[in-house]
Amino acid sequence: MKSLTRAVLPHPLLTLLLIVTWCLVTNSVAPGTFVLGTILGVLIPMGTSAYWPGAPNGLRAGKMLVYLVIVVWDILLANIAVAWIVVTRSNRAMRSTWVAIPLDIRTPEAITMLAGTITLTPGTVSADLSDEGHTLLVHALDAESPEDVRDEIKQRYERRLKEIFE
Amino acid sequence: MTLDLVLDIAMAASLVIGALFTLVGSFGLLKLDDAMKRLHAPTKASTLGVGALLLGSSLAAFGRGEPSLQEVLILAFLFVTAPISAHFICKVNLHRRSCDTPPTPAKDQTWATLDTAGDETR
Repeated sequence: MKSLTRAVLPHPLLTLLLIVTWCLVTNSVAPGTFVLGTILGVLIPMGTSAYWPGAPNGLRAGKMLVYLVIVVWDILLANIAVAWIVVTRSNRAMRSTWVAIPLDIRTPEAITMLAGTITLTPGTVSADLSDEGHTLLVHALDAESPEDVRDEIKQRYERRLKEIFE
Repeated sequence: MTLDLVLDIAMAASLVIGALFTLVGSFGLLKLDDAMKRLHAPTKASTLGVGALLLGSSLAAFGRGEPSLQEVLILAFLFVTAPISAHFICKVNLHRRSCDTPPTPAKDQTWATLDTAGDETR
């Protein structure tokens, strides 16, 4: 029974995501839309499951919601701060620097989320991982000290992602 | 004040905010001088700039009485894909050494892009 479920639904969360996406694309929640969405949601994960050998261990949805709210709020604040820097500071007065962030999180999903969050928050862009994946390279547009940027990212985002994914 | 008026004002405000941040993003792209710094400008335009424009579009649809959530989908796709293209531009910069050399990572040998040891065998 369990192997049958695995064969039909290799990634249940992906199926759910595809159904929701299909309803949003067609902009309706009519039964017909839902049925077609379910067909797509079953067929696409089955067809592509060869490329997704492992499944993530699952995540804590409540903490994920809190995390998303924090990130959206930070994007708003950082946008205003960076717009002000771009308009008022001269190029030479900007203290742009590299920041190396040693990572405590090990799962690929968590590291991807962290790198994406860093890039979406204006003022910092994640540039590269170290060859063994223990350190994330981040470029900061205007930072007083790389240590402060590193500590803030570790405290604010990485700690929460560790709780969500690991 | 009627609901329509409030909606119109909110819609106009989000359009102006979106346009303003997109303008600052383009201005930054022109003004900043090195490749890594210039990368910061488009991330700003694509988050709050496009986000506010989409909010305006969503409010307009709501005002017409045909509420639509497709804007949420656009924003989700944008937020998933924008960091990836930014990441690749970073990697090209690092690879071509068109930016300052980053500090060596503490635990590992080097950065993935600069790790060219295996490339010589080709």
